[in-house]
Amino acid sequence: MKNIKIEVKDLSLYYGEKKALKEISLEIPRNKVTALIGPSGCGKSTFLRCINRMNDLIPDVKITGQMLVEGIDIYDKNVDVVNIRKKIGMVFQKSNPFPKSIYENIAYGPKINGIKDKNELDEIVETSLRQAAIWDEVKDRLGDSAMGLSGGQQQRLCIARTLAVSPDIILMDEPASALDPISTSKIEELVHELKEQYTIIIVTHNMQQAARTSDYTAFFYLGELIEIGKTNAIFTKPEQKQTEDYITGRFG
Amino acid sequence: MNSQFPINQNFTKESLKKQFRLSEFLAEKIISSVAFLSITIIVLIFVFVFKESLPIFNFGKSDAAKTEITTDSKPESYGSTPTEELKPETYGAEPAAKGELKPETYGSEPVTQEDLKPETYGDVKAEPTVESTSNETPEAVSENKEGADKTWSTFFTTEWVPVSEHPRFGLIALLVGTLKVTIIAMLIAGPLAILAALYTSCFASKRTKEIIKPIIEMLAAFPSVVIGFFALMVLATFFQDIFGYDSRLNAFIGGVAMALAAIPIIYTISEDALSAVPKTYTEASLALGASKWQTAFFVTLPAATPGIFAALLLGIGRVFGETMIALMATGNAALLSANPFESVRTFAATIGAEMAETVFGETHYSVLFFIGSLLFIFSFALNAVAEFYVKGKLIKKFQGK
Repeated sequence: MKNIKIEVKDLSLYYGEKKALKEISLEIPRNKVTALIGPSGCGKSTFLRCINRMNDLIPDVKITGQMLVEGIDIYDKNVDVVNIRKKIGMVFQKSNPFPKSIYENIAYGPKINGIKDKNELDEIVETSLRQAAIWDEVKDRLGDSAMGLSGGQQQRLCIARTLAVSPDIILMDEPASALDPISTSKIEELVHELKEQYTIIIVTHNMQQAARTSDYTAFFYLGELIEIGKTNAIFTKPEQKQTEDYITGRFG
Repeated sequence: MNSQFPINQNFTKESLKKQFRLSEFLAEKIISSVAFLSITIIVLIFVFVFKESLPIFNFGKSDAAKTEITTDSKPESYGSTPTEELKPETYGAEPAAKGELKPETYGSEPVTQEDLKPETYGDVKAEPTVESTSNETPEAVSENKEGADKTWSTFFTTEWVPVSEHPRFGLIALLVGTLKVTIIAMLIAGPLAILAALYTSCFASKRTKEIIKPIIEMLAAFPSVVIGFFALMVLATFFQDIFGYDSRLNAFIGGVAMALAAIPIIYTISEDALSAVPKTYTEASLALGASKWQTAFFVTLPAATPGIFAALLLGIGRVFGETMIALMATGNAALLSANPFESVRTFAATIGAEMAETVFGETHYSVLFFIGSLLFIFSFALNAVAEFYVKGKLIKKFQGK
């Protein structure tokens, strides 16, 4: 149990009347990459957004059950959602850098957390960009607008931005779905390096990507968790018929 | 397979021949001509206004000077104080004033030849007059220059006394008055409108937004005369009770009233700009652990800078050109002071108040048109500077190079 980072107990989510997640229970291990796979609309992104309470932004969402991060229920009334999101960062499907300079994009997170010292900020910016393997490409133009970067660079910038607030957990919602194979492989390498320090949960449509990058894989279907296990096991001898069908491409 | 779709056209040169689409062609032409027409109209308005003010420039040297000369030679026509003072008011009531006014009232016809014509027809007929005068006496030339300089030089004084023995057209006080009112109005309207827009676009629930937005926009439908009346009757007394200043109608009251007129414009446009900021920015910021306020101020607001800037410019334009509120609420005294609680007179109000009382073609008349051109040039320059310089800087500052 010591290595469990997130424990989900009977989590259900309703969009108004519609039940989008049905009694999900699973455990996510520390410092590992967990991939969430499943056909579109199966609730994997919704589940991911539950972990840092991004679903709070959507009106008429009701959530029941427990989401324990390090043993603390993040849906408890006394928990501040802002502090949760500081600890649980998120990278979105579509790269969404702010319309600011590259430097400002990274420094934004530390700044709102009260870091004002210029040297400290510079250091954070540099380490974050290095961690996200984009430093060499942008170090000479930190003052330029982030909107001028290529798609792959933007996405890595977004990852760097997430790293800059030093989270524990990084959620990635199809981070490479809009990128070319070279950028994708860079992101995948990055994920591989980052798991030393962070717990990573990644949603992906790309089966090979899940197989390549993750240690554990969870298969969602129609709002239910069908199966979760070691990636090797899921891809070689899945226990459920549905999982096997999906992985082998027979449906979905 | 293809039999399903009856294809008559073969892929031949004939079927691909360039077609002339009449309706499209016409629509395109009409739309473009309408667009150019509107631009032309704006230019023509400016040209007309400016042309009317021409007599006070180089071409008009003779006219202004002529006035001076006639002043010397014929005291009745311009110079003598009583006539002067009465002139604008009594102009309509001819039978009332007989002795003194006669030469003037009737003068308009016979005297025109020497006196008014050059002014009325300004640039065209002025030239020969200049020549003839200069040919006659060298003294006249020097006097001419002196006269023109006089009108010109009074522009940079502080006294606006257009109707007097020595008319002084000091634009400084008017300019300062206009700027004072504009600054006060924008200091009030800008933050209020932008914060209101920020609230409705970032914090208010959908229902609140649906209520607040139309109500503020309704303020734009208020005729300015109503706002002016409200300022005159209610606001002036209210603020005098609070601040206890002397002149009841002053720049501050005018500014407050004009802020009421500018708020809906600034609000509507900045609200649209703020709402147009992609949701992904907000999400990214929130996911970084920013609070709602931080997100609104450090992400949404900077991202909407260009739109908010445009909103502020339109607001300034509205205040700058606002006539009725200025007439009713600012006190209309051309005083030069830094005190916001002194009465002021704005450019627009000056035109509005005095245009009906001037003599067609007179220097005063030309000066009013010159003020009109100034208003136009100022707004134009403001917009140009804002558009090309400040906006670029702001964007660079908030959004990177």
